[in-house]
Amino acid sequence: MNPRLTLATSARVLTQVRHDPRTVVLLLAVPSLLIGLMAWIFTDTPLFDTIGPALLGLFPFIIMFLITSITTLRERRSGTLERLMTMPLGKFDFIVGYTLAFGLLAILQSLIAVGFAVWVCGLTVSGNAWLLILVAVVNAILGTTLGLFASAFATSEFQVIQFMPALVFPQILLGGIFVPRDKMPDVLHSISDWLPLSHSIEALQKVSQASDASGDVLREVGVVALWAVAFVVLGSITLRRKTE
Amino acid sequence: MDAAIHSEGLRVHRGKLDVLRDLSISVPRGQVVGLLGPSGSGKSTLMRSIVGAQRIAAGTVTVLGLPAGAPALRQRIGYVTQAPSVYDDLTVAQNLRYFARVISAPASDVERVIAEVDLVPQTNQLVGSLSGGQINRVSLAAALLGSPELLVLDEPTVGLDPVLRRDLWQLFATLARRGVSLLVSSHVMDEARRCDRILLLHNGTLLADETPEGLLVTTGTTDADDAFLTLIARAAA
Ligand SMILES: Nc1ncnc2c1ncn2[C@@H]1O[C@H](COP(=O)(O)OP(=O)(O)OP(=O)(O)O)[C@@H](O)[C@H]1O
Ligand SMILES: [Mg+2]
Repeated sequence: MNPRLTLATSARVLTQVRHDPRTVVLLLAVPSLLIGLMAWIFTDTPLFDTIGPALLGLFPFIIMFLITSITTLRERRSGTLERLMTMPLGKFDFIVGYTLAFGLLAILQSLIAVGFAVWVCGLTVSGNAWLLILVAVVNAILGTTLGLFASAFATSEFQVIQFMPALVFPQILLGGIFVPRDKMPDVLHSISDWLPLSHSIEALQKVSQASDASGDVLREVGVVALWAVAFVVLGSITLRRKTE
Repeated sequence: MDAAIHSEGLRVHRGKLDVLRDLSISVPRGQVVGLLGPSGSGKSTLMRSIVGAQRIAAGTVTVLGLPAGAPALRQRIGYVTQAPSVYDDLTVAQNLRYFARVISAPASDVERVIAEVDLVPQTNQLVGSLSGGQINRVSLAAALLGSPELLVLDEPTVGLDPVLRRDLWQLFATLARRGVSLLVSSHVMDEARRCDRILLLHNGTLLADETPEGLLVTTGTTDADDAFLTLIARAAA
Protein backbone atom coordinates (compact mmCIF):
# COMPACT_ATOMS: atom_id res chain seq x y z
CA MET A 1 0.00 0.00 0.00
CA ASN A 2 1.20 3.47 -0.90
CA PRO A 3 -0.48 6.40 0.93
CA ARG A 4 0.24 8.75 -1.97
CA LEU A 5 -1.66 6.52 -4.41
CA THR A 6 -4.45 5.90 -1.90
CA LEU A 7 -4.99 9.64 -1.48
CA ALA A 8 -4.72 10.24 -5.23
CA THR A 9 -7.51 7.70 -5.67
CA SER A 10 -9.68 9.33 -2.99
CA ALA A 11 -9.14 12.74 -4.56
CA ARG A 12 -10.09 11.35 -7.97
CA VAL A 13 -13.29 9.78 -6.62
CA LEU A 14 -14.27 13.01 -4.86
CA THR A 15 -13.61 15.00 -8.04
CA GLN A 16 -15.94 12.62 -9.90
CA VAL A 17 -18.64 13.14 -7.26
CA ARG A 18 -18.14 16.90 -7.44
CA HIS A 19 -19.03 16.81 -11.14
CA ASP A 20 -22.43 15.43 -10.18
CA PRO A 21 -24.00 18.03 -7.86
CA ARG A 22 -27.38 16.36 -7.89
CA THR A 23 -25.92 13.21 -6.38
CA VAL A 24 -24.19 15.27 -3.69
CA VAL A 25 -27.45 17.01 -2.74
CA LEU A 26 -29.40 13.74 -2.68
CA LEU A 27 -26.66 12.03 -0.72
CA LEU A 28 -26.54 14.70 1.95
CA ALA A 29 -30.24 15.52 2.17
CA VAL A 30 -32.19 12.29 1.69
CA PRO A 31 -31.47 10.64 5.08
CA SER A 32 -32.56 13.84 6.84
CA LEU A 33 -35.72 14.08 4.76
CA LEU A 34 -36.63 10.48 5.58
CA ILE A 35 -36.00 11.05 9.27
CA GLY A 36 -38.12 14.21 9.14
CA LEU A 37 -40.91 12.21 7.52
CA MET A 38 -40.70 9.54 10.21
CA ALA A 39 -40.82 12.18 12.96
CA TRP A 40 -43.91 13.64 11.32
CA ILE A 41 -45.61 10.24 10.99
CA PHE A 42 -45.03 9.55 14.70
CA THR A 43 -45.93 13.09 15.84
CA ASP A 44 -48.60 12.06 18.34
CA THR A 45 -46.85 8.96 19.64
CA PRO A 46 -43.69 8.46 21.71
CA LEU A 47 -42.41 6.03 19.04
CA PHE A 48 -40.01 8.42 17.31
CA ASP A 49 -37.71 8.48 20.33
CA THR A 50 -37.50 4.67 20.18
CA ILE A 51 -37.15 4.18 16.47
CA GLY A 52 -35.40 7.46 15.53
CA PRO A 53 -31.90 6.43 16.66
CA ALA A 54 -32.08 3.20 14.66
CA LEU A 55 -33.09 5.19 11.58
CA LEU A 56 -29.97 7.30 11.96
CA GLY A 57 -28.08 4.08 11.50
CA LEU A 58 -30.21 2.63 8.73
CA PHE A 59 -30.65 5.34 6.13
CA PRO A 60 -26.99 6.37 5.79
CA PHE A 61 -25.98 2.69 5.83
CA ILE A 62 -28.32 1.79 2.98
CA ILE A 63 -27.53 4.84 0.89
CA MET A 64 -23.77 4.49 1.25
CA PHE A 65 -24.01 0.77 0.46
CA LEU A 66 -25.85 1.44 -2.78
CA ILE A 67 -23.70 4.37 -3.90
CA THR A 68 -20.40 2.60 -3.31
CA SER A 69 -21.37 -0.70 -4.83
CA ILE A 70 -22.71 0.92 -7.97
CA THR A 71 -19.73 3.25 -8.38
CA THR A 72 -17.21 0.45 -8.07
CA LEU A 73 -19.25 -1.78 -10.34
CA ARG A 74 -19.12 1.00 -12.93
CA GLU A 75 -15.36 1.04 -12.56
CA ARG A 76 -15.26 -2.70 -13.26
CA ARG A 77 -17.49 -2.48 -16.30
CA SER A 78 -15.92 0.57 -17.89
CA GLY A 79 -12.50 -1.09 -18.05
CA THR A 80 -10.87 1.53 -15.82
CA LEU A 81 -10.35 -1.09 -13.12
CA GLU A 82 -8.65 -3.39 -15.64
CA ARG A 83 -6.38 -0.51 -16.63
CA LEU A 84 -5.59 0.38 -13.01
CA MET A 85 -4.83 -3.25 -12.20
CA THR A 86 -2.13 -3.26 -14.91
CA MET A 87 -0.66 -0.12 -13.30
CA PRO A 88 1.35 0.17 -10.08
CA LEU A 89 -1.79 0.74 -7.99
CA GLY A 90 -2.18 -1.65 -5.05
CA LYS A 91 -5.49 -3.36 -4.41
CA PHE A 92 -5.50 -1.82 -0.95
CA ASP A 93 -4.86 1.62 -2.46
CA PHE A 94 -7.95 1.18 -4.57
CA ILE A 95 -10.26 -0.08 -1.82
CA VAL A 96 -8.95 2.22 0.92
CA GLY A 97 -8.99 5.14 -1.52
CA TYR A 98 -12.68 4.54 -2.12
CA THR A 99 -13.34 4.00 1.60
CA LEU A 100 -11.73 7.34 2.48
CA ALA A 101 -13.56 9.27 -0.23
CA PHE A 102 -16.98 7.83 0.53
CA GLY A 103 -16.18 7.80 4.25
CA LEU A 104 -15.78 11.57 4.05
CA LEU A 105 -19.17 11.88 2.38
CA ALA A 106 -20.58 9.51 4.98
CA ILE A 107 -19.30 11.78 7.76
CA LEU A 108 -20.99 14.84 6.23
CA GLN A 109 -24.18 12.88 5.64
CA SER A 110 -24.30 11.57 9.21
CA LEU A 111 -23.54 14.98 10.71
CA ILE A 112 -26.45 16.48 8.81
CA ALA A 113 -28.78 13.59 9.64
CA VAL A 114 -27.98 13.60 13.37
CA GLY A 115 -28.20 17.39 13.56
CA PHE A 116 -31.53 17.34 11.78
CA ALA A 117 -32.92 14.54 13.96
CA VAL A 118 -31.88 16.17 17.23
CA TRP A 119 -32.39 19.87 16.59
CA VAL A 120 -35.18 19.93 14.04
CA CYS A 121 -37.16 16.76 14.80
CA GLY A 122 -36.56 16.91 18.55
CA LEU A 123 -35.08 13.43 18.99
CA THR A 124 -34.26 12.93 22.67
CA VAL A 125 -30.65 11.93 23.25
CA SER A 126 -29.94 10.99 26.86
CA GLY A 127 -26.30 10.15 26.21
CA ASN A 128 -23.58 12.19 24.55
CA ALA A 129 -24.69 13.69 21.20
CA TRP A 130 -21.14 13.43 19.83
CA LEU A 131 -21.19 9.75 20.60
CA LEU A 132 -24.39 9.48 18.60
CA ILE A 133 -22.63 11.17 15.68
CA LEU A 134 -19.68 8.81 16.02
CA VAL A 135 -21.96 5.76 15.87
CA ALA A 136 -23.80 7.11 12.83
CA VAL A 137 -20.53 7.86 11.02
CA VAL A 138 -18.98 4.45 11.72
CA ASN A 139 -22.20 2.88 10.56
CA ALA A 140 -22.24 4.82 7.27
CA ILE A 141 -18.62 3.76 6.73
CA LEU A 142 -19.72 0.18 7.35
CA GLY A 143 -22.24 0.60 4.50
CA THR A 144 -19.43 1.92 2.29
CA THR A 145 -17.12 -0.99 2.96
CA LEU A 146 -19.86 -3.59 2.60
CA GLY A 147 -20.77 -1.99 -0.74
CA LEU A 148 -17.14 -2.19 -1.89
CA PHE A 149 -16.96 -5.83 -0.95
CA ALA A 150 -20.37 -6.79 -2.37
CA SER A 151 -19.70 -5.20 -5.75
CA ALA A 152 -17.01 -7.83 -6.34
CA PHE A 153 -19.78 -10.40 -6.71
CA ALA A 154 -22.01 -8.38 -9.00
CA THR A 155 -21.65 -8.27 -12.75
CA SER A 156 -24.59 -5.97 -13.41
CA GLU A 157 -26.46 -3.10 -11.81
CA PHE A 158 -29.49 -5.37 -11.45
CA GLN A 159 -27.50 -7.72 -9.26
CA VAL A 160 -26.25 -4.88 -7.09
CA ILE A 161 -29.81 -3.77 -6.45
CA GLN A 162 -30.67 -7.38 -5.54
CA PHE A 163 -27.90 -7.36 -2.94
CA MET A 164 -29.96 -4.85 -0.99
CA PRO A 165 -32.71 -7.32 -0.10
CA ALA A 166 -30.17 -10.15 0.10
CA LEU A 167 -27.50 -8.59 2.32
CA VAL A 168 -29.06 -5.56 3.94
CA PHE A 169 -32.70 -6.37 4.67
CA PRO A 170 -32.01 -9.50 6.78
CA GLN A 171 -29.68 -7.39 8.91
CA ILE A 172 -32.42 -4.80 9.37
CA LEU A 173 -35.02 -7.43 10.24
CA LEU A 174 -32.72 -9.16 12.72
CA GLY A 175 -31.28 -5.89 14.03
CA GLY A 176 -33.81 -5.45 16.81
CA ILE A 177 -35.87 -2.57 15.43
CA PHE A 178 -39.07 -4.53 14.98
CA VAL A 179 -38.65 -7.10 17.75
CA PRO A 180 -36.02 -6.68 20.45
CA ARG A 181 -33.28 -9.18 19.74
CA ASP A 182 -33.59 -11.01 23.08
CA LYS A 183 -37.25 -11.71 22.29
CA MET A 184 -36.36 -13.51 19.05
CA PRO A 185 -36.13 -17.29 18.70
CA ASP A 186 -32.74 -18.45 19.98
CA VAL A 187 -31.34 -19.35 16.57
CA LEU A 188 -32.18 -15.94 15.15
CA HIS A 189 -30.83 -14.24 18.23
CA SER A 190 -27.47 -15.99 17.85
CA ILE A 191 -27.35 -15.16 14.16
CA SER A 192 -28.14 -11.53 14.89
CA ASP A 193 -25.23 -11.41 17.35
CA TRP A 194 -22.94 -11.90 14.39
CA LEU A 195 -24.44 -9.28 12.11
CA PRO A 196 -22.71 -5.89 12.12
CA LEU A 197 -25.92 -3.91 11.84
CA SER A 198 -27.26 -5.41 15.09
CA HIS A 199 -24.36 -3.84 16.91
CA SER A 200 -24.84 -0.43 15.27
CA ILE A 201 -28.52 -0.40 16.12
CA GLU A 202 -27.76 -1.44 19.68
CA ALA A 203 -25.18 1.31 20.00
CA LEU A 204 -27.59 3.90 18.61
CA GLN A 205 -30.36 2.85 20.97
CA LYS A 206 -28.07 2.78 24.00
CA VAL A 207 -26.58 6.19 23.39
CA SER A 208 -29.98 7.81 23.02
CA GLN A 209 -31.75 6.02 25.86
CA ALA A 210 -29.19 5.86 28.65
CA SER A 211 -26.86 8.62 29.74
CA ASP A 212 -24.38 6.27 31.43
CA ALA A 213 -23.82 3.71 28.70
CA SER A 214 -20.77 5.23 27.00
CA GLY A 215 -18.60 2.19 27.69
CA ASP A 216 -21.14 -0.22 26.19
CA VAL A 217 -21.65 2.07 23.23
CA LEU A 218 -17.95 2.26 22.49
CA ARG A 219 -17.69 -1.52 22.66
CA GLU A 220 -20.52 -1.90 20.12
CA VAL A 221 -18.92 0.75 17.89
CA GLY A 222 -15.69 -1.20 18.12
CA VAL A 223 -17.42 -4.32 16.82
CA VAL A 224 -18.90 -2.35 13.92
CA ALA A 225 -15.50 -0.82 13.12
CA LEU A 226 -13.93 -4.29 13.10
CA TRP A 227 -16.51 -5.42 10.60
CA ALA A 228 -15.75 -2.39 8.43
CA VAL A 229 -12.04 -3.24 8.51
CA ALA A 230 -12.86 -6.86 7.70
CA PHE A 231 -14.88 -5.76 4.65
CA VAL A 232 -11.98 -3.59 3.47
CA VAL A 233 -9.64 -6.57 3.73
CA LEU A 234 -12.13 -8.92 2.05
CA GLY A 235 -12.77 -6.31 -0.65
CA SER A 236 -9.04 -6.11 -1.42
CA ILE A 237 -8.65 -9.87 -1.44
CA THR A 238 -11.54 -10.39 -3.84
CA LEU A 239 -10.21 -7.74 -6.23
CA ARG A 240 -8.52 -9.63 -9.05
CA ARG A 241 -5.73 -8.43 -11.28
CA LYS A 242 -6.26 -11.38 -13.63
CA THR A 243 -9.77 -12.24 -14.79
CA GLU A 244 -11.26 -14.89 -17.06
CA MET B 1 18.87 -8.55 -26.97
CA ASP B 2 15.84 -10.62 -25.99
CA ALA B 3 12.40 -9.97 -27.41
CA ALA B 4 9.98 -7.44 -25.94
CA ILE B 5 7.26 -10.07 -25.80
CA HIS B 6 7.66 -13.80 -26.08
CA SER B 7 4.98 -16.41 -25.64
CA GLU B 8 5.39 -20.19 -25.68
CA GLY B 9 2.45 -22.57 -26.00
CA LEU B 10 0.00 -20.00 -24.66
CA ARG B 11 -3.50 -21.35 -24.07
CA VAL B 12 -6.44 -19.31 -22.87
CA HIS B 13 -9.97 -20.50 -22.23
CA ARG B 14 -12.78 -17.97 -21.93
CA GLY B 15 -16.10 -19.43 -20.97
CA LYS B 16 -16.35 -22.72 -22.86
CA LEU B 17 -14.19 -21.41 -25.67
CA ASP B 18 -10.53 -22.17 -26.45
CA VAL B 19 -9.63 -18.64 -27.42
CA LEU B 20 -5.86 -19.01 -27.77
CA ARG B 21 -4.53 -22.43 -28.75
CA ASP B 22 -0.89 -23.12 -28.23
CA LEU B 23 0.18 -19.69 -29.32
CA SER B 24 3.90 -18.95 -29.63
CA ILE B 25 4.78 -15.46 -30.71
CA SER B 26 7.68 -13.08 -30.49
CA VAL B 27 7.65 -9.29 -30.66
CA PRO B 28 11.07 -7.71 -31.20
CA ARG B 29 12.12 -4.61 -29.26
CA GLY B 30 11.99 -1.14 -30.79
CA GLN B 31 9.53 -2.02 -33.54
CA VAL B 32 5.90 -1.36 -34.35
CA VAL B 33 4.28 -4.76 -34.61
CA GLY B 34 0.75 -5.00 -35.94
CA LEU B 35 -1.62 -7.59 -34.52
CA LEU B 36 -4.20 -8.37 -37.16
CA GLY B 37 -6.92 -10.92 -37.50
CA PRO B 38 -10.66 -11.31 -37.92
CA SER B 39 -13.05 -10.23 -35.23
CA GLY B 40 -13.06 -12.82 -32.46
CA SER B 41 -9.68 -14.28 -33.43
CA GLY B 42 -8.27 -13.53 -29.98
CA LYS B 43 -6.36 -10.26 -30.44
CA SER B 44 -7.72 -8.60 -27.31
CA THR B 45 -7.30 -11.81 -25.33
CA LEU B 46 -3.65 -12.03 -26.37
CA MET B 47 -3.09 -8.41 -25.35
CA ARG B 48 -4.76 -9.00 -22.00
CA SER B 49 -2.46 -11.98 -21.47
CA ILE B 50 0.55 -9.79 -22.22
CA VAL B 51 -0.39 -7.07 -19.73
CA GLY B 52 -1.24 -9.67 -17.09
CA ALA B 53 -4.99 -9.07 -17.01
CA GLN B 54 -5.95 -12.48 -18.42
CA ARG B 55 -5.95 -15.75 -16.54
CA ILE B 56 -4.11 -18.24 -18.73
CA ALA B 57 -4.61 -22.01 -18.86
CA ALA B 58 -1.15 -23.06 -20.01
CA GLY B 59 2.08 -21.79 -21.50
CA THR B 60 4.30 -18.84 -20.68
CA VAL B 61 4.32 -15.18 -21.59
CA THR B 62 7.54 -13.26 -21.03
CA VAL B 63 7.44 -9.49 -21.25
CA LEU B 64 10.62 -7.38 -21.16
CA GLY B 65 12.39 -10.37 -19.66
CA LEU B 66 9.87 -10.91 -16.84
CA PRO B 67 6.79 -13.15 -16.56
CA ALA B 68 3.67 -11.29 -17.73
CA GLY B 69 1.88 -9.61 -14.86
CA ALA B 70 5.02 -9.22 -12.71
CA PRO B 71 4.66 -6.17 -10.42
CA ALA B 72 7.89 -4.65 -11.78
CA LEU B 73 6.29 -4.50 -15.25
CA ARG B 74 3.38 -2.29 -14.19
CA GLN B 75 5.54 0.82 -14.41
CA ARG B 76 7.03 -0.15 -17.78
CA ILE B 77 3.98 -0.98 -19.92
CA GLY B 78 1.37 1.33 -21.39
CA TYR B 79 -1.92 -0.44 -22.15
CA VAL B 80 -4.99 0.74 -24.02
CA THR B 81 -8.05 -1.48 -23.76
CA GLN B 82 -10.32 -1.84 -26.77
CA ALA B 83 -13.20 0.03 -25.12
CA PRO B 84 -11.93 3.42 -23.88
CA SER B 85 -11.12 3.01 -20.19
CA VAL B 86 -11.27 6.52 -18.79
CA TYR B 87 -13.65 8.25 -16.38
CA ASP B 88 -16.39 10.03 -18.25
CA ASP B 89 -17.26 12.19 -15.24
CA LEU B 90 -13.79 13.75 -15.16
CA THR B 91 -12.23 16.22 -17.57
CA VAL B 92 -9.47 15.13 -19.96
CA ALA B 93 -6.81 16.76 -17.75
CA GLN B 94 -8.25 15.33 -14.52
CA ASN B 95 -8.23 11.82 -15.98
CA LEU B 96 -4.65 12.09 -17.13
CA ARG B 97 -3.48 13.76 -13.90
CA TYR B 98 -4.84 10.81 -11.93
CA PHE B 99 -3.22 8.17 -14.14
CA ALA B 100 0.05 10.16 -14.11
CA ARG B 101 0.04 10.09 -10.30
CA VAL B 102 -0.65 6.35 -10.29
CA ILE B 103 2.44 5.62 -12.40
CA SER B 104 4.48 8.39 -10.73
CA ALA B 105 4.96 10.23 -14.02
CA PRO B 106 5.91 13.92 -13.84
CA ALA B 107 2.89 16.27 -13.84
CA SER B 108 4.24 17.94 -16.99
CA ASP B 109 3.57 14.70 -18.88
CA VAL B 110 -0.14 15.48 -18.90
CA GLU B 111 0.30 18.45 -21.19
CA ARG B 112 2.66 16.53 -23.45
CA VAL B 113 0.36 13.57 -24.05
CA ILE B 114 -2.67 15.82 -24.58
CA ALA B 115 -0.73 17.50 -27.37
CA GLU B 116 0.42 14.15 -28.77
CA VAL B 117 -3.15 12.97 -29.26
CA ASP B 118 -4.24 16.42 -30.47
CA LEU B 119 -6.75 17.22 -27.73
CA VAL B 120 -5.42 20.57 -26.49
CA PRO B 121 -8.72 22.43 -27.09
CA GLN B 122 -10.57 19.74 -25.09
CA THR B 123 -8.19 19.78 -22.11
CA ASN B 124 -10.80 20.94 -19.62
CA GLN B 125 -13.84 19.30 -21.19
CA LEU B 126 -15.63 16.45 -19.44
CA VAL B 127 -14.77 13.15 -21.15
CA GLY B 128 -18.47 12.22 -21.20
CA SER B 129 -19.12 15.16 -23.50
CA LEU B 130 -16.43 14.24 -26.06
CA SER B 131 -16.97 12.46 -29.37
CA GLY B 132 -16.21 8.74 -29.61
CA GLY B 133 -12.90 9.25 -31.40
CA GLN B 134 -11.88 11.90 -28.89
CA ILE B 135 -12.61 9.58 -25.97
CA ASN B 136 -10.45 6.89 -27.63
CA ARG B 137 -7.65 9.40 -27.81
CA VAL B 138 -7.92 10.25 -24.10
CA SER B 139 -7.60 6.54 -23.40
CA LEU B 140 -4.54 6.37 -25.68
CA ALA B 141 -3.02 9.48 -24.05
CA ALA B 142 -3.15 7.75 -20.65
CA ALA B 143 -0.97 4.93 -22.02
CA LEU B 144 1.61 7.42 -23.29
CA LEU B 145 2.19 8.93 -19.82
CA GLY B 146 5.57 8.35 -18.22
CA SER B 147 8.11 6.56 -20.37
CA PRO B 148 6.74 3.08 -21.06
CA GLU B 149 9.17 0.67 -22.72
CA LEU B 150 6.30 -1.30 -24.20
CA LEU B 151 2.98 -0.08 -25.53
CA VAL B 152 0.15 -2.57 -25.94
CA LEU B 153 -2.56 -0.78 -27.88
CA ASP B 154 -5.87 -2.47 -28.67
CA GLU B 155 -7.33 -0.79 -31.76
CA PRO B 156 -6.14 2.70 -30.84
CA THR B 157 -7.05 4.23 -34.19
CA VAL B 158 -10.61 2.99 -34.46
CA GLY B 159 -13.11 5.73 -35.30
CA LEU B 160 -10.45 8.23 -36.32
CA ASP B 161 -10.23 10.15 -39.58
CA PRO B 162 -7.35 9.52 -42.02
CA VAL B 163 -5.40 12.60 -40.93
CA LEU B 164 -5.44 11.64 -37.26
CA ARG B 165 -4.69 8.02 -38.10
CA ARG B 166 -1.64 9.07 -40.10
CA ASP B 167 -0.47 11.35 -37.28
CA LEU B 168 -0.81 8.61 -34.69
CA TRP B 169 1.04 6.06 -36.81
CA GLN B 170 3.79 8.66 -37.23
CA LEU B 171 3.85 9.03 -33.45
CA PHE B 172 4.13 5.25 -33.08
CA ALA B 173 7.04 5.18 -35.53
CA THR B 174 8.79 8.01 -33.66
CA LEU B 175 8.36 6.15 -30.38
CA ALA B 176 9.77 2.98 -31.93
CA ARG B 177 12.82 4.93 -33.17
CA ARG B 178 13.36 6.01 -29.55
CA GLY B 179 13.47 2.32 -28.62
CA VAL B 180 9.88 1.81 -27.46
CA SER B 181 8.35 -1.52 -28.49
CA LEU B 182 4.77 -1.39 -29.73
CA LEU B 183 2.12 -4.02 -30.28
CA VAL B 184 -0.86 -2.46 -32.03
CA SER B 185 -3.99 -4.35 -32.99
CA SER B 186 -6.13 -3.23 -35.88
CA HIS B 187 -8.95 -4.23 -38.14
CA VAL B 188 -7.87 -1.93 -40.90
CA MET B 189 -5.60 -3.90 -43.21
CA ASP B 190 -4.44 -0.66 -44.71
CA GLU B 191 -2.69 0.09 -41.43
CA ALA B 192 -0.68 -3.11 -41.79
CA ARG B 193 1.77 -1.51 -44.18
CA ARG B 194 2.70 1.09 -41.54
CA CYS B 195 4.00 -1.66 -39.24
CA ASP B 196 7.52 -3.09 -39.15
CA ARG B 197 6.11 -6.56 -38.68
CA ILE B 198 2.70 -8.18 -38.75
CA LEU B 199 1.30 -10.97 -36.64
CA LEU B 200 -1.79 -12.49 -38.20
CA LEU B 201 -4.08 -14.26 -35.80
CA HIS B 202 -6.87 -16.61 -36.85
CA ASN B 203 -9.00 -18.65 -34.47
CA GLY B 204 -6.46 -18.30 -31.72
CA THR B 205 -3.53 -19.55 -33.77
CA LEU B 206 -0.76 -17.67 -35.54
CA LEU B 207 -1.16 -17.61 -39.33
CA ALA B 208 1.74 -15.37 -40.20
CA ASP B 209 4.64 -13.47 -38.66
CA GLU B 210 6.07 -11.40 -41.50
CA THR B 211 7.09 -7.98 -42.67
CA PRO B 212 4.33 -6.25 -44.68
CA GLU B 213 6.34 -6.76 -47.89
CA GLY B 214 7.04 -10.38 -47.03
CA LEU B 215 3.34 -10.97 -46.55
CA LEU B 216 2.57 -9.71 -50.06
CA VAL B 217 5.35 -11.83 -51.54
CA THR B 218 4.37 -15.08 -49.81
CA THR B 219 0.74 -14.65 -50.77
CA GLY B 220 1.44 -13.35 -54.28
CA THR B 221 -0.89 -10.40 -53.74
CA THR B 222 -0.55 -6.67 -54.10
CA ASP B 223 -2.52 -5.30 -51.20
CA ALA B 224 -2.93 -6.14 -47.55
CA ASP B 225 -6.62 -6.99 -47.82
CA ASP B 226 -5.97 -9.64 -50.47
CA ALA B 227 -3.00 -11.05 -48.57
CA PHE B 228 -5.17 -11.36 -45.52
CA LEU B 229 -8.02 -13.07 -47.39
CA THR B 230 -5.59 -15.45 -49.10
CA LEU B 231 -4.03 -16.53 -45.81
CA ILE B 232 -7.41 -17.02 -44.16
CA ALA B 233 -8.60 -19.06 -47.14
CA ARG B 234 -5.44 -21.21 -46.96
CA ALA B 235 -5.96 -21.74 -43.25
CA ALA B 236 -9.56 -22.80 -43.82
CA ALA B 237 -8.57 -25.21 -46.61
N1 LIG C 1 -15.42 -12.56 -21.11
C1 LIG C 1 -15.53 -13.50 -22.06
N2 LIG C 1 -16.14 -14.68 -21.80
C2 LIG C 1 -16.25 -15.65 -22.72
N3 LIG C 1 -15.79 -15.54 -23.97
C3 LIG C 1 -15.18 -14.38 -24.30
C4 LIG C 1 -15.02 -13.32 -23.38
N4 LIG C 1 -14.39 -12.31 -24.00
C5 LIG C 1 -14.16 -12.74 -25.24
N5 LIG C 1 -14.63 -13.97 -25.45
C6 LIG C 1 -14.54 -14.75 -26.69
O1 LIG C 1 -13.18 -14.92 -27.00
C7 LIG C 1 -12.96 -14.82 -28.40
C8 LIG C 1 -11.84 -13.85 -28.67
O2 LIG C 1 -12.21 -12.59 -28.23
P1 LIG C 1 -11.26 -11.33 -28.41
O3 LIG C 1 -11.93 -10.18 -27.75
O4 LIG C 1 -9.90 -11.69 -27.97
O5 LIG C 1 -11.28 -11.14 -30.00
P2 LIG C 1 -10.66 -9.98 -30.89
O6 LIG C 1 -9.75 -10.63 -31.87
O7 LIG C 1 -10.09 -8.93 -30.05
O8 LIG C 1 -11.94 -9.46 -31.65
P3 LIG C 1 -12.30 -7.98 -32.15
O9 LIG C 1 -11.47 -7.73 -33.34
O10 LIG C 1 -13.74 -8.08 -32.50
O11 LIG C 1 -12.02 -7.05 -31.02
C9 LIG C 1 -14.30 -14.41 -29.01
O12 LIG C 1 -14.84 -15.53 -29.66
C10 LIG C 1 -15.14 -14.00 -27.84
O13 LIG C 1 -16.48 -14.38 -28.05
MG1 LIG D 1 -10.59 -7.03 -29.68
